[in-house]
Amino acid sequence: MERIDIHPTHTFQTYKLRMGRAFPFGATAVPGGVNFAVFSRFATACTLVLFRKGEREPMIEIPFRDEFRIGNVFTMIVFDLDFENTEYGFRMEGPFLPEQGQRFDPNCILLDPYAKAIAGRDIWGETPDWSDPYQHRARFVYDDFDWEDDRPLELPLEDLVIYEMHVRSFTRDPSSGVKHPGTYAAIRDKIPYLKSLGVNCVELLPIFEFDEFENSRPHPERDEMLYQYWGYSTVGFFAPKAGYAATSRFGMQVDEVKTLIKEFHKNGIEVFLDVVFNHTAEGNEYGPTISFRGIDNKTYYMLTPEGYYFNFSGCGNTLNCNNPVVRGMVLDCLRYWAAEYHIDGFRFDLAAVLGRDPFGAPMVNPPLLETLAFDPILAKCKLIAEAWDAGGLYQVGTFPAYGRWAEWNGKYRDDLRKFLKGEAGLAGAMAQRIQGSPDLYSGRGTGASINFITAHDGFTLADLVSYNEKHNYANGENNNDGANDNESWNCGWEGPTEDPAINALRRRQMKNAMAMLMVSQGVPMLLMGDEVGRTQQGNNNTYCQDNELNWFDWKLVDTNADFLRFVQQCTAFRKAHPVLRKADHLRNQDYAGTGYADISWHGTRAWNADWSSQSRVLAFMLDGAHVHGDIPRDDYIYVAMNMHWDMHGFELPQLPGGRQWYISANTSMPSPEDFWEPGNEPRLENQREFLVGPRSVVILVGR
Amino acid sequence: MAFTATSDVTNGIGKITLAGELDAAAAPTFRTEVEKVAAEQPRRLVLMMQDLEYMASAGLRVLIYARQRMAQNVDIFVVGAQEPIRETLEKTGFHHSVTQLETYDPAVIENT
Repeated sequence: MERIDIHPTHTFQTYKLRMGRAFPFGATAVPGGVNFAVFSRFATACTLVLFRKGEREPMIEIPFRDEFRIGNVFTMIVFDLDFENTEYGFRMEGPFLPEQGQRFDPNCILLDPYAKAIAGRDIWGETPDWSDPYQHRARFVYDDFDWEDDRPLELPLEDLVIYEMHVRSFTRDPSSGVKHPGTYAAIRDKIPYLKSLGVNCVELLPIFEFDEFENSRPHPERDEMLYQYWGYSTVGFFAPKAGYAATSRFGMQVDEVKTLIKEFHKNGIEVFLDVVFNHTAEGNEYGPTISFRGIDNKTYYMLTPEGYYFNFSGCGNTLNCNNPVVRGMVLDCLRYWAAEYHIDGFRFDLAAVLGRDPFGAPMVNPPLLETLAFDPILAKCKLIAEAWDAGGLYQVGTFPAYGRWAEWNGKYRDDLRKFLKGEAGLAGAMAQRIQGSPDLYSGRGTGASINFITAHDGFTLADLVSYNEKHNYANGENNNDGANDNESWNCGWEGPTEDPAINALRRRQMKNAMAMLMVSQGVPMLLMGDEVGRTQQGNNNTYCQDNELNWFDWKLVDTNADFLRFVQQCTAFRKAHPVLRKADHLRNQDYAGTGYADISWHGTRAWNADWSSQSRVLAFMLDGAHVHGDIPRDDYIYVAMNMHWDMHGFELPQLPGGRQWYISANTSMPSPEDFWEPGNEPRLENQREFLVGPRSVVILVGR
Repeated sequence: MAFTATSDVTNGIGKITLAGELDAAAAPTFRTEVEKVAAEQPRRLVLMMQDLEYMASAGLRVLIYARQRMAQNVDIFVVGAQEPIRETLEKTGFHHSVTQLETYDPAVIENT
């Protein structure tokens, strides 16, 4: 039966119209036309501005009739629009009273907060026409896609190995050898590499549309531009970054992203998005008016009583996430990415902001976080908080979790780095970190802890062992940007060196770090390129560098093949041993009747860990009988971590039932004897003691 | 150049010849031809693209529609697609669903 509401009722010049539907918000295809719905609480009038694709002057401006407004939503259907070749925006009228938080300006053409595709920065780095009054231009998208039988993978959280990746950086370097460097499409060509690395989840740095030209400026030393490169500055929450698409010239970025996700899923790899809801690209009162500021400044932003922008994000403004309307937009956005793009999980940038009330005070029971935790569409999505913000709120271990939220475990990173560089008195802290940080996440399981040593913020792994200080002059901010407390150690020389002893030590420290990460309970996360020793030359904040400081140099796959092999063996070892991936925290008790606790603690003497303030060593043993459910029993696993600069003999705990110790990994050994293939591990001659070299990690299996 | 689509079905080979620019306005024309061919239940569908100059996302959608409209055992061949169109097919993953040929090769199309 044909609908009766698909016929125009009004006209404006040659355009046929009728009253629209108030939701969903945004532009939606309906029979014969497009439905527009946009919210503004304080606007007194709204005009729809339509453009032919890419043209500077509008082809028509259609005011929303008074009777087309329901509540605070302006809504209208326009018939017979050319779906592929039309762009749209809004003009809003209302008060301009900054001291009261109102910043309406009918001269501005405003981007729809719900725009599903955004033109204007289609080709990465192509200088925009700054005289164009409408810089970020909303387009319509087809929301169909041939997913076949794909859906999010729903892998158990504790089984994941996450790989944090920047879309452009991964293949932009010519050494990648791909056809379309720096694009979503190119990543597909590298999926075999990711599989061989043993990762089963990629976490993409922001892919919501952003403006690489935001605060762009000349490089202080070279003939190139510094950009908003990483993209932690959202222009539109519903649109994929067009400049990352090989097909953006045809406006097909949506299909390209979906194709990439489908291909990842086919290969057993989940896709997480790093999402930035703490602020937008509009900056403070001196920033551009792109969308929210002109549509409803007072609703979308946290404002001081004088009408200035609160800056809990460190980026000029703060999205008013616990305003019910903004909360609704965040929820709509995540539901859209989960349902339309089959996204498996989200990592929330500066998520502590999401728990602040409209005046900035932290809430006990933040409605946004609760809503996301219990949402039916997001029910199987992983939710990961970066549990701090730039306003000083640090919630690692205390982030409101509702049984659902995981956290980037900043304490894991800090404690492991301190232990790694040989700081004394870390044995107790390391025991917690190794166990998935039950001191922080008791009752929440190991999946609450995303363990990482390095991430996009800060040093790469290779730089962590090569620099004591940050070297950020290339960012043009006099080395004032980036963190100062890196807990790094250069192994005796700042930066590159020819000294073979220093280089050998650095390599061993990198192996130590990877080995400890991969035997920790919780969810390990690798930073793109760390597996091949990627360097940023000591720069610990490369947010603006569109060059080799960020780009993955694929030549390293060959030059650092031995280290890559070590990392591959680490992930394979983790995969082979379910006792490393327990969902619940270890109990330090025997509940399998073996006479051994699930985890036991050791030192240079078996059963005697040194927890003192002088200690730089720790060893532990996992009893593989304590795997849960119907999984067959795992091996015994013994890990000795000697972060002291001297060699130490570690007395080995004796195994029951005639089992023997076999050597799996020893970071003191050259490749390939640093990690033996599973099944080929040599039996230890001496079953009573193992000499662990200076600053080395040893992994044994008992079977 | 204006879009044209013509089709015929001979000996179980459905052939659609596309020319010009396949944009949103032209997509329904293409779709009509797909339906005409599908009604004859061919065992192959051949899309002759030598003279197709441009394909927008609406055109890609008709291709996907064609894949879904045809029976699973009907192979689809794309013949002579120009480089930009071939790239579009690859970047959006559709090339997995079809066989691409430089020229119409009866040995491949009619005898497989």
